[in-house]
Amino acid sequence: MSATATSRTEPAALRIKTFVFIVLMIALGSAGDVLLSAGMKQVGEVDHGSLGALADAFWRTFTSGTVWLGIASLILFFVCYMLVLSWADLSFVLPASATSYAIVPLLGYALLGEFVSPMRWAGVALICLGVALVGLTPPSTTGARTPLPQTGGDD
Amino acid sequence: MRTLLFLGIVVLAGTGGEIAVTHAMKQIGEVTSFTPRAILHVIGRAFRLGWMWFGFGLMAVAFFSLLALLSWENVSFVIPATALSYAAGAVGAKFFLGERINPLRWAGVLLVCAGVALVFVG
Repeated sequence: MSATATSRTEPAALRIKTFVFIVLMIALGSAGDVLLSAGMKQVGEVDHGSLGALADAFWRTFTSGTVWLGIASLILFFVCYMLVLSWADLSFVLPASATSYAIVPLLGYALLGEFVSPMRWAGVALICLGVALVGLTPPSTTGARTPLPQTGGDD
Repeated sequence: MRTLLFLGIVVLAGTGGEIAVTHAMKQIGEVTSFTPRAILHVIGRAFRLGWMWFGFGLMAVAFFSLLALLSWENVSFVIPATALSYAAGAVGAKFFLGERINPLRWAGVLLVCAGVALVFVG
C-alpha cells in the first residue's frame, strides 16, 4: 500500500471505503430519523411551562420503545460517521449524506406509489446533482497525518 | 421567536459539534481495520480526546433542540430550515479544519442545500 498526498490508502480504495460508510450512514440515519419522529409524535408537544411538565415529557420520551430503537440506529450512524471522518473531509461527508433526503421520496414513489409533487421532484434532482458534483471531488484534502497505531484488531 | 431561537441552536451547535468531532477523528488518524474490536478501540481512543467530548456535547445540544422543535413544528418546516447546516458545515470545514473546497464542491453543497429545502417544502 503506497502513501499518497492525502491518505495512506490508495485513492480508489479510499473512495470505495468512503462510499460504503456513507451508504451505511444514510441507511442508519434515515431509520433513526423516522423512528425518532414517530416516537416523539407519540410523546406529544413538549410543555416548557413547568419543571414537572418537562420532567414528565422527559420520562415519556425515555420510556418509549420507538424512541430507543431510533436512538440505537443513531448511535450506529454516529459510529460510522466517526470512522469515515477519520479519513474523509467533513465538507465531503456532510452533503453526500444528504442523499437520504432524496431516497425517501424516491422509495415512497417507487414502492408505495405515493404522490410526489413537481417541487419535491426538483428537490430530489438538485440533491442528486449536488451529491454527484461533491462525489467528483477528492474525499480527503487535508493532507496526511500519521495514524496512531491501531492495536485493537490487528494484534 | 422560540422557533427561531431553537433553529439557530440546531444549526450553530450542530455545525460546531461536527467540526469538533472531525478535528478529533483527524487526530486519531485514518481507521484501516474494521473488526468490532478495532472499532471499539478507536471509539475508546476518540472519547479520551477533549475535542470529541466538546463536539459530542454540542451535538447533544443540537439534537435535543431538534427533538423539542419537532414536537411543535412539522418536519416539512424544520428540515428545510436546518438545510442551512450543509452550507455552515462547509464554511466551518474550510476555516477551522483547513479543507480545500474547490468550486465544484461549493456548487454541490449549495445544490444539496437548495434540494433539501425543496424536498421538504414541496
